[in-house]
Amino acid sequence: MAPTVSAATRCPTCSSSDGAPERYVLGLGDNRPKVQPSDLVAGEAAAVAPFENEGENPYTLHQELQQTMNDLVGIIRRGGEIREAITALDGLRARAATVSVEGHRQFNPGWHLALDLRNMLTVSTCVALAALEREESRGGHTREDFPGMNPNWRSVNLICSLDGEGGSALIEHKPVPTIRRDLFELFERAELSKYFTEAEVATLDEPSVTPEQGTQP
Amino acid sequence: MTYAAHFRVWRGDSNGGELKDHTVEVNEGEVVLDIIHRIQSEQAHDLAVRWNCKAGKCGSCSAEVNGRPRLMCMARMNTFTKEETVTVTPLRTFPIIRDLVTDVSFNYEKARQIPAFAPPKDLALGEYRMAQVDVQRSQEFRKCIECFLCQDVCHVVRDHEDNKKSFAGPRFLIRAAELAMHPLDARKDRADFAVEEQGIGLCNITKCCTEVCPEHIKITDNAIIPMKERIVDRRYDPLVWLGKKIGRRTD
Repeated sequence: MAPTVSAATRCPTCSSSDGAPERYVLGLGDNRPKVQPSDLVAGEAAAVAPFENEGENPYTLHQELQQTMNDLVGIIRRGGEIREAITALDGLRARAATVSVEGHRQFNPGWHLALDLRNMLTVSTCVALAALEREESRGGHTREDFPGMNPNWRSVNLICSLDGEGGSALIEHKPVPTIRRDLFELFERAELSKYFTEAEVATLDEPSVTPEQGTQP
Repeated sequence: MTYAAHFRVWRGDSNGGELKDHTVEVNEGEVVLDIIHRIQSEQAHDLAVRWNCKAGKCGSCSAEVNGRPRLMCMARMNTFTKEETVTVTPLRTFPIIRDLVTDVSFNYEKARQIPAFAPPKDLALGEYRMAQVDVQRSQEFRKCIECFLCQDVCHVVRDHEDNKKSFAGPRFLIRAAELAMHPLDARKDRADFAVEEQGIGLCNITKCCTEVCPEHIKITDNAIIPMKERIVDRRYDPLVWLGKKIGRRTD
């Protein structure tokens, strides 16, 4: 399964706002976790916990999250600001653990938001970590402290998982699948060298192969 | 431009409820749905409301604003005066689930009853040919976003629960008309279906449905009236009736 686009190059304006974090969940492949009965019990307890909690209301946290991501991991990003955002997200995550909601379980948007906050925070953290890691500007990802596009970063996908210490977000470098020779040949060399590493462009000097024998299907 | 507006929002469930008062901030360019969301985030965290696109294309945020069926995302606040109380209530024709959310399954049941397009027997896929004017006629009805505002406003079923069994409502009469107008549809009983199953005769063309349609479909003029004419022409004209008896006309 091909890895998808790295979180850092996603459009920052839609990175943390209106509750569609599923978009960012990357493919699990064959590593899909098995559900244990104890997980179900724990999951159910976690889901109804906001009715018992005595914490803040989820809308306050949601708005703070939006503001944080908009101000610090927005259109033009700076290393220092992203680090600030990561600290702020840790604070929000601690507060999100105790959010409380009123009313009952039927069609209760406040409760739904309380449950969504965890995913929103995970996605926001992934976006921030990947944006900090990717020290270049490319596509929708613009770093003021690294204004140019760096060809070495082209071959790197940043994959975010929850495999970090204590289930925290972890960023890993994974290679981007190589481009097929017949597609590669369609472009001017000068154009290619803007986006590809020297070694990749040099493969054009090797004897040509037929499209069927391309390096990668 | 920011001011404090007075809102009254219906809160409750299938056992009943009441209008609750809210004084809430309104900024320039906002719509009723924005204000409902502000009430939800600041004052009534469990206020139930359906919404999706905020652009008048998904048909989710239907409600009655000052008694008029509207999409809340398309109801601009600058159409009200600052002193005006804005009252938001759920669609009255459908059973309440909670607050502004209603159970619209009546519409899905009516939709399922309509026989699907019947492909012509002598033509294979890819051989269908239609005049552009025929395509355009049905395209108007395809604009429907199923917000069910027309179903809500229609006096045949609004406050007349007993009519729901025998009346399909404007949204499905345009579907019936679309199929009846389709030059390649093989079914010949579309008019009979509209009379016998959909209760088109109950409609007395007050055009309320056309008035509330956010897609500006001319429901009455372009669908219901032509359908009624077709029905009168086929079913009630004494000469056609006689001609059918004598000539054994089958269509």
